[in-house]
Amino acid sequence: MAALLAPSLSVGEFLAEEREKDLLRFSTAGSVDDGKSTLIGRLLYDTQSVYEDQVRSIEGKGTTAPGQIDFALLTDGLRAEREQGITIDVAYRYFSTPRRKFIIADTPGHEQYTRNMATGASTADAAVVLIDASKGVLIQSRRHAYIASLLRVRHVIVAVNKMDLIGYGEAVFRAIELDFTSVLNQIAADTGTPVEVRFVPVSALVGDNIVHRSNAMRWYTGPSLLALLESLPSALETRTAPFRFPVQRVLRPDHTFRGFAGQVASGTVRPGDKITVLPSGRSAEVARIVTFDGDLDEALAPQSVTLVLDRELDISRGDLLVSSRAQAVVAKRIQAALVWMDSRPLQRNRRYLLKHTSQTVPAFVSAIKHRTNIGTLAHEAADMLEMNGIGVVSIDLLRPIALDLYRENRSTGAFILIDAETNSTVAAGMITAAKAVAAAGDHFHADAWGPVTAGEREARWGHRGAILEVSGPVELLDSIERSLFSAGVVSVRIEADDETFLLHPGLLEIVTRSQLQSGLLALVVKANEGGALLARTEGQEITLDANDPIRAVSAVHQLLHSAGIFISSERAGL
Amino acid sequence: MPVAESVSPPSTPASAFAPQRLSHLRLLEAESIHILREVASEFERPVMLYSIGKDSSVMLRLAQKAFYPAPIPFPLLHVDTGFKFAEMLTFRDEMARLVGAELLVWRNEAAIAAGTNPIVLDTKRCCGLLKTQALLDALRHYNFDAAFGGARRDEEKSRAKERIYSFRDSAGQWDPKNQRPELWNLYNARIHPGESIRVFPLSNWTEMDVWQYIHEENIPVVDLYFAKERPMYVRPMSTGQDALLPVEQAFVARKGEQPQMIKSRLRSLGCSPCTGAIRSDADTIPAIIAELLSFRSSERANRAIDHDQEGSMELKKREGYF
Repeated sequence: MAALLAPSLSVGEFLAEEREKDLLRFSTAGSVDDGKSTLIGRLLYDTQSVYEDQVRSIEGKGTTAPGQIDFALLTDGLRAEREQGITIDVAYRYFSTPRRKFIIADTPGHEQYTRNMATGASTADAAVVLIDASKGVLIQSRRHAYIASLLRVRHVIVAVNKMDLIGYGEAVFRAIELDFTSVLNQIAADTGTPVEVRFVPVSALVGDNIVHRSNAMRWYTGPSLLALLESLPSALETRTAPFRFPVQRVLRPDHTFRGFAGQVASGTVRPGDKITVLPSGRSAEVARIVTFDGDLDEALAPQSVTLVLDRELDISRGDLLVSSRAQAVVAKRIQAALVWMDSRPLQRNRRYLLKHTSQTVPAFVSAIKHRTNIGTLAHEAADMLEMNGIGVVSIDLLRPIALDLYRENRSTGAFILIDAETNSTVAAGMITAAKAVAAAGDHFHADAWGPVTAGEREARWGHRGAILEVSGPVELLDSIERSLFSAGVVSVRIEADDETFLLHPGLLEIVTRSQLQSGLLALVVKANEGGALLARTEGQEITLDANDPIRAVSAVHQLLHSAGIFISSERAGL
Repeated sequence: MPVAESVSPPSTPASAFAPQRLSHLRLLEAESIHILREVASEFERPVMLYSIGKDSSVMLRLAQKAFYPAPIPFPLLHVDTGFKFAEMLTFRDEMARLVGAELLVWRNEAAIAAGTNPIVLDTKRCCGLLKTQALLDALRHYNFDAAFGGARRDEEKSRAKERIYSFRDSAGQWDPKNQRPELWNLYNARIHPGESIRVFPLSNWTEMDVWQYIHEENIPVVDLYFAKERPMYVRPMSTGQDALLPVEQAFVARKGEQPQMIKSRLRSLGCSPCTGAIRSDADTIPAIIAELLSFRSSERANRAIDHDQEGSMELKKREGYF
């Protein structure tokens, strides 16, 4: 781990730097042959994340040539795996670079392990899909890409491995790129979730393009796998989404205090915010955000906090507190995509327990709409789902729950099914549609399909809400606005130097935040006479020469794209 | 589409209304608190295994945070093998008093009275009696249905596959091939009578995360982690490095071995006969972190129990060990 601390850096500086690091979770999937364990072992080894005694314990073992370390042995943990040379379960790995901490969910790739792949993907911000360059696109890679898309993992990195075996030829890589892009497009059409994809040619065994750029493939000018992982935006989207807070526990240490403990599932909350309690539909204002370390002015996803409201309401575990301006749907009938995980097949009209956020509700599957064949993406008629099967079903709940569609909210749109008799976790579910019921509360009224949601806007407009700040010569600001407009961006231009904003500091933030929450691109402009263009969004910023307007405009598109604001590069106008 | 070369992290502080970022420690903290609250709300009788080490210290602080301003709604349980360092026991009682938690201590008195120790038996059988058996007896005696442990997935290869909610059958055993899938942050807390769940709220923390958190949060830890002149038996090893064995139990010494004063500290706390010390000058937490960065060996390298057999931790866990 020595390389983490550069010689010039004191511990104090190291700790200060560490405090700035964020966390990216990514999943990998692959089979015994495509070198996935080797790839992970290599990532850990090359980032100095393994200790000498761990390397010593595997030296001279394994199946690689004499003198070469079999990196797969660093990661294959269970006895059965070492004996059979396969990876059976999900394993979690940890490493860190000076820029970021990483958690890898390492899963097997065979069909019988589809459920493990879904488990790994459920918490991932990104997926690394492996393709063996000597074999081309196989079913395993398709399956992993399908699961990543179904579970809404936004970023997919395709590592085309074993480039050393095919003489590092560019043609093979480009053919795989073309082939797999068309697979991904078909998958996106089926799951309704486009993924952002990047391809990297690598050799995990030799180490080409894993951590360091390889000299063996000069035709590839992009970043290494690790550099890509370091540059991906992490789950920022949940902070700009509508506020959702499932109540985990009511804290009542004495008669003077009554707080609702939970984790912010999405969005942000501040004292004074109006919230609605679902499913009851009653409203209140947030009075305090309480933590052990003192009250907060703001809490954002995924912080764990305790909320105190300004009035007494009957609230208990399982209730969902939501922003009164952007409510969730209350439903008793839902449609969902299921990944079946149990050896006992899905039975219609068997009693299951549906666990959603912090509540558990008895549920019955009333109909199986179809089963998806991952190989062909065909929708097949089915009267049951077997282990590792994927399909779309209708579910009736015994009590209404407050929810969002999974494509809009990975937290309030997800559930698991538990067999009430065996207690096994039998399925992972992603809500694809919900039939709203009118809630008991007086303020709340939902029509048959609820209000237009952020996700629906995003799907139509091709981007989510965001704030883009640009300063530079006014002609260039106009060009940027025009260029975004012609790419179909729904934007609102705001002059930051407007008198109103100067008189009321804080108003600009309120205005832009509300635009962002409505899915608009708030374009905050500041004209000046300088020769530079400065553009900033979500913690990333660029400075460009204003005398090269074509390049500057295109860099702004690129900036928005790399911040994950567009749903695809096409919609980004790139 | 590769990221444009011109995109760089902000060189100036982000503007006032750019979305904030939570650091990795805040993200890990939020996840752990969520887990602690879920367990406290979904089980009848949860307990927190408190082993006095740095991981337990972090877990205890997270429990305080999870339920603040209410008290921690479950007791702490320490499985005392009789071979813990005296300093650890003093620290344990003091911490329980400070946080206002109920502390339960369980010992396998019969085995201790029979003179069980890792030299007379081997480490595997000694752990089996004094740790695993004692733990299972305590859980059964108090009828606990969920037990928090401070284990982390980065500690050992078989732990990398452990769930956050780890299901145990009525004999307390772990079946690694038949674990419940664990998706999103939705944990399955359903069990039949007699079965139980071991819960690991620190699953996703690394050793470095734990020390950084202790540093940032000013969490008290046992003095044995800090370097000091301490009496040690120095025993040459086949690797060329010396093993430092704390002078705590007389039976540890081999014939002719005399204690020497060595500036040393413990990197992980276990039973004194099975926990080697390391030579170190690190007497503050930043110094420990600096030392950690220069380490070439994993933290359990000095723990005899992990190495007595290929896959030994997995075997112990199958039998009910934490």
